[in-house]
Amino acid sequence: MGGSAFDVAHTLAGLLVLGSLTMLYQDRLVALINVLAAQSVILAASVAWQAHLQDAPDLFITAAIALGFKAIFIPAALKRIVVRLGLHREIETVAGIGVTMLAGMGLIALAMEVMLPVTSRVDPVARQDIALALSVVLIGLLIMVTRRNAVSQVVGFLSIDNGISLAATGARGMPLVVEISVAFSVLVAFIVIGIFLFRIRERFDTVDLGALDAFRGERR
Amino acid sequence: MGTPVLLIIVLAGIAALLATGLAGAIRGRAPDGRVLVYGACLALCALLALAGIAGLAAPPSGLGLPLFLPWIGARFRFDPLAGFFLLVINLGGAAASLYALGYGRHTAEPERVLPFYPVFLAAMNMVLIAADAFGFLFAWELMSVASWALVLAHHHEERTRRAGVLYLLMATLSGLALLLGFGLLAGPAGDYSFAAMRAAHPSGWLAALALLLVLFGAGAKAGLVPLHVWLPEAHPAAPSHVSALMSGVMTKVAVYAFVRVAFGLLGAPPWWSAVVVLALGGATAVLGVLYALMESDLKRLLAYSTVENIGIVFLGLGLAMAFRADGDATGAALALTAALLHVFNHALFKSLLFMGAGAVQTATGTRDLNRLGGLIHRMRVTSFVFLVGCAAISGLPPLNGFVSEWLTFQAILLHPDLPQWGFKVMLPADGALLALAAALAAACFVKAFGIAFLGRPRSEAAAAAHEVDGFSRAAMAGLAALCVLGGIFPGVVIDALAPVAHLLLGTRVPAQLAVPWVSIIPVTAARSSYNGLLIFLFVAAASGIAVAAIHRFASHAIRRAPAWDCGFPNANPITQYTADSFAQPIRRVFAASLFGAHETVILPPPGDIAPARIDKTMRDPIWDWGYAKPAGWVERTSISLNRLQFLTIRRYLGFVFAALVVLLLALALWQ
Amino acid sequence: MALVLALAPLLTGWARKVKARLQRRRGASVIQPYRDLRRLLGKEVVLAENASWLFRVAPYMIFSLTWVAASLVPTFATGLMFSWTGDLIAIIALLGAARFLLTLAGMDIGTAFGGIGSSREAMIAALAEPAMLMIIIALALLAGSSQLSTIARFMDSPAVGLRVSLALALVAFLIVALAENARIPVDNPATHLELTMVHEAMVLEYSGRHLAMIELTAALKLLLMISAIGCIFLPLGLAVGGAGPGGYAIGFAAYAAKLVVAGALLGTFESAIAKMRVFRVPNLLGGALMLGLLATLLLFVSKGL
Repeated sequence: MGGSAFDVAHTLAGLLVLGSLTMLYQDRLVALINVLAAQSVILAASVAWQAHLQDAPDLFITAAIALGFKAIFIPAALKRIVVRLGLHREIETVAGIGVTMLAGMGLIALAMEVMLPVTSRVDPVARQDIALALSVVLIGLLIMVTRRNAVSQVVGFLSIDNGISLAATGARGMPLVVEISVAFSVLVAFIVIGIFLFRIRERFDTVDLGALDAFRGERR
Repeated sequence: MGTPVLLIIVLAGIAALLATGLAGAIRGRAPDGRVLVYGACLALCALLALAGIAGLAAPPSGLGLPLFLPWIGARFRFDPLAGFFLLVINLGGAAASLYALGYGRHTAEPERVLPFYPVFLAAMNMVLIAADAFGFLFAWELMSVASWALVLAHHHEERTRRAGVLYLLMATLSGLALLLGFGLLAGPAGDYSFAAMRAAHPSGWLAALALLLVLFGAGAKAGLVPLHVWLPEAHPAAPSHVSALMSGVMTKVAVYAFVRVAFGLLGAPPWWSAVVVLALGGATAVLGVLYALMESDLKRLLAYSTVENIGIVFLGLGLAMAFRADGDATGAALALTAALLHVFNHALFKSLLFMGAGAVQTATGTRDLNRLGGLIHRMRVTSFVFLVGCAAISGLPPLNGFVSEWLTFQAILLHPDLPQWGFKVMLPADGALLALAAALAAACFVKAFGIAFLGRPRSEAAAAAHEVDGFSRAAMAGLAALCVLGGIFPGVVIDALAPVAHLLLGTRVPAQLAVPWVSIIPVTAARSSYNGLLIFLFVAAASGIAVAAIHRFASHAIRRAPAWDCGFPNANPITQYTADSFAQPIRRVFAASLFGAHETVILPPPGDIAPARIDKTMRDPIWDWGYAKPAGWVERTSISLNRLQFLTIRRYLGFVFAALVVLLLALALWQ
Repeated sequence: MALVLALAPLLTGWARKVKARLQRRRGASVIQPYRDLRRLLGKEVVLAENASWLFRVAPYMIFSLTWVAASLVPTFATGLMFSWTGDLIAIIALLGAARFLLTLAGMDIGTAFGGIGSSREAMIAALAEPAMLMIIIALALLAGSSQLSTIARFMDSPAVGLRVSLALALVAFLIVALAENARIPVDNPATHLELTMVHEAMVLEYSGRHLAMIELTAALKLLLMISAIGCIFLPLGLAVGGAGPGGYAIGFAAYAAKLVVAGALLGTFESAIAKMRVFRVPNLLGGALMLGLLATLLLFVSKGL
C-alpha cells in the first residue's frame, strides 16, 4: 500500500469536505445545485479510486451509479424544478461566510475528535477519511437546518447521502445490493419530494418554510 | 544566593523615589518643582535600569528587612526575572520623565501630579522585588492608588471622574483576586513568603484555582478581555507622560505578576489552564485591535492597541505553559522569550506613541482624529518618530515589533504533535488570531498616522500647530532609535533574556550573539533564521541603487501644482477621508455582527437645503453583557434589600431572635 | 536580484498581450512596459502643493522593499547566496511594509480618491495577510521550516506526497496572490473609473519617475508571487545551489516556462470572470483564510496520531 495511493484518496475526501463548506454559504439555488453536482463527481472519482485500490470491481458500478444519478440526473432534474418554480432568480438569506465557515470548521474538528480516538486500530489515513466523511454528513445536516427553502434542504439531504457513501466505500464493506437499494430509495424519495413541492407550490404559491409555518397557524 | 549589593542599590533607589515624591508635595507649586521632580526621577530611573541590566547577569539575591508588620517583616529578592522587568519599567520611566521635563510645563495644576508620579514609579519597582505576598500586595495597591490620583489630575471633567471611579473599582477587584490567589497558595500554614509558596508544590484543583485567580487579578490590571473596560477610559484621562507609563509600563507589571506566579511559584499547573490563557490571549488580541479600529480619539485608540498587545503577550505565555505541560522545556523557553521580548518592544513603542499623542494634543489642543491632519508639515520631528512607532507596532521589518511577532510564530510552528485535543485546536486557532491581529493593527496605525499627520488640516487648530519642545523630542527620538536598534540587533536582547528563561524553566534559547552575521536562530539553523541587520542593509542598498539609477537616468524636474484629484479638486478639507470613513470598510466587514455597527443616512428630499446626516452607531457587547447587566442586577437587588432599613422595632427584634435560634440549632446539629 | 528586475515588466507585458488576444485585439507588444517605464522616467514630476516628504520618499522605499523581497524568492535555483535569509514570513512582512507605505502615500495629499484606495486596500490587506500567514504556517509545518529555500527543496523531494492540506493551501494561495497583486476579481489594474479602483486610486497623484517606480514595483510583486507559487507547488526543474551551469540552465529554462504558462493563465482567468463588488471581496478572502486555517487544523490533527 503505497503512501501516495492513500494520499489521492485523502485529497479526494478533502475536496468533498470543501464542497460541503462551499454549499454552506451559497445563496443562489442554481450555484448550490452546481456545487452538489461537482461534489457528486468527486464522490464518483473517490469511489472509483477505492475500487482500484481495493480491487473490488463492483465498486466501479457504484461509482457509475453515483456519477449517473447524483452528478447528472438529479442535479439536472433539480434545476428543472427550480426553473419551473421560478426560484432561480431569488437570493436566499444565509448567514455570512465567516460565521458559516467557522461553524463548518467547528463541525470538522468535532468529527475528527470523535472518530479518531474510536478507530485507533485502523490505518491512519483511512481513519482521517472516515472522520472527513462524518464531517460531510454533519455539514450536510447544518445545511438542512439553516436553510429556509425546501429545495436547498433537498440539496443538503443529498450531500448527507454523499458523505454516507464515502464512509461506506472507505470501510470496504458495503455490498452492491445495498448500494443499489439505497440509490433507488433516494430516487424514490426524490420523486416524491418533487411531486409534493409542486403540489405545495400550487396550493400556497410559495415553498418558503417560514411562510408555510404561518399557514399552519404555528407562528408565535 | 549572591550578595544583595544590587538589591540594596534598588531599595535605595526606591527610597529616593519616595523622597522625591515628598519633595514634589512640598515644592509642587514652585516653578522649579517640575525640574526637580522629573530630573530626579530621570536620574533614579536610569540608575535602576542599569541595576536591572546588572541583575540579569547576576545570581539571585535576597534580603529581609524589618518593615511593615513587625511579626512578618518584608522579604525582597532580586533575580533575573525581576532584573528584566526592572529594565523595562525604568527605561519607560526614564523616557517619560525626560518627556515630562518639557511637557510638564503645560500642566495646569502641577501639585496634583508631581507628588504622585515618583510614588507611582517607586511602587512599580517595589512590586518587582517583593518576595512575599504581603509586600507584593502593598506595593500593588500603592501603585493603583498613585496612578488613580494621577488619572484624576484633570478632575474638572466629568469623563475623567467617571474614569477614576471605574479604574478604582477594577483595581480593587484585581487586588482582591490576587489576595485570594496568594491566600490559596499560602495554604493552611499561612506562610506568605514566595520561597514557602515555591516549596509547597500545590497541585490539581488548588493550583488551577490559584492560577485562575491570579490570571483574573493580573489580567484586570493588564487589560485582558473582558476585564479591559477601564483601560480606554483611564489611560487617555491621565496626562500624557502618565498615560505612557500606565500603558507601556504598568501593564507590564501585571504581566510580571502572572509570570512570577505561573512559572515561578506554581510548579506544574494542569494542562487545561494553558488552554484558558491561550484562548484569552487570542481573543484579547483580535478584540483589542477591532475596538481600536472603531475609535477616532487618538489616545483611546492607543489604549485599545495596548489591550491587543497584552493579548499577544499572553498568547506567548499560554504557549509557554502548553509546552511546559507537555514536558518540552526548550519550546517553552522559546515561547517565553518571544512573550518577554514583546513586553520589552511594546514598552518601547507604546510609550513612544503615547508621547507623540501628547505632543499632538499639546500642539493642537485636541485628540480627536477628525480634527487633525496635515501635521507632518508643521511638526516634522514628531511626525517622523511617530511614523517609526507606528511602523514598529505594526510589525514591519526591520523594526523590533516584527522580531517578537516572528518569534511567536516560530513557537507556534514548533510542536504540531501535542497530544491534547485542546492544544490541537487552540494552536492553529491562535495562529490565525495572531495573524489577523497583526494585519488589523497595521490597518489601525495607517489610520492613526494617516488621518492625524497626513492630508490637509481639518480644523484651525491643526493648521496652526507648532513643534513641541526639545525634551519631548529627545525622549521620543531616543525611544525610536531603540526601536530601530532592537530590530536590527535583536540577538542582544534575546541573549539578555536568556537568564530569565533559564531561571524559570531550566533551559534557554540557543545563544544568539555567537551566530554568524548577527542572525537570530531560535531553534536550529535548518528550521528558520531571521537576520534584521541583513534585511536592513539590503533595503538600504536597494534604495541606494534605486536613487542612484534614477538620479543618473531619469529627469530631475519637479513642478508643484494643485492636486490632480481626477480633475475635480475640492479645496475644502472636509472632502478628505476622516477616521470613521477610513475604517468604514473594515467596520462593515468585521464589526457589523459583533458590535452591531450600523450607519444610518438621512438624506433630505430634493429642494430641501437641510444638510444630510450620517450617524454611526455601535454597541459594545462586553460592556452591555459583562458590566451593565450585572450592575443592573446589583442595583435592583440593593433597592429591594433597602426595605430592610425601614422595618419596625418588633421586626428587628424578631430578626435577632431568629438568628440566635438558628445558630443554636446549628450548634446542636453539628455536635 | 537583477534577474527579477529585468523579467518583471516582460511578464506583465505578456499577461496583457494574452488578455488582448482573448478580447480579439492585437494588443501592445510584450516589451511595451519597458517603453512605458522609459517614457515615465523622462517626464517631469508634477507634485501636489501639499505633498510631504513622505510622498516623495515612499516610491523609493516601496520599490526597494519589494525588490529585496522578490530577490529572496528562489527563481531558478535554491540555495543561492543569502538564501538562508529568505524566511517566508519575513518576505511577506516586507511586502506588508511596502503596502503600509503605499497606503500612507495614498492618504498624503488629502483627496477623497486617495482615501478610497487606502481604506479599501486596508480592508483587503486585513484579510489577505492573515490568509497568507495561515498558508505559510501550513507549508512550514509540512516542510519543517519556514525558510523558502528549504520548503522548495522539500516540495521537490519524494517525501511530500499528495496531501489535502497542500491542495487547500494551493487554492488559498492563488486567491491571496490575486488579491495582493490587485488583479481581477479583486481589483482591475486597467480600470479608469476611480470608484472601482483600489490600487490605482492610491497612486493617482503620482507622475513621472515616481510613477515609474510604482509600476515597476507592481510588476515585481506579480513576478514574486508567481515565482513563489512555482517554487513551492511546482518545483520541477528547480536547480539546487552549486549545481553547475548545466543545472542552472535547466532551472532557468523551467522557470521561464513557468512564467510563460502563468502569464497565459492569468490573462485567460482575468478575461473569463468579472471583477467582484468591493464588499464581496471579504467573502472571497475570508474563504481563503478559512481554507488556510483548515489546512493547518488538518495538519495539527494528523501529526499527533
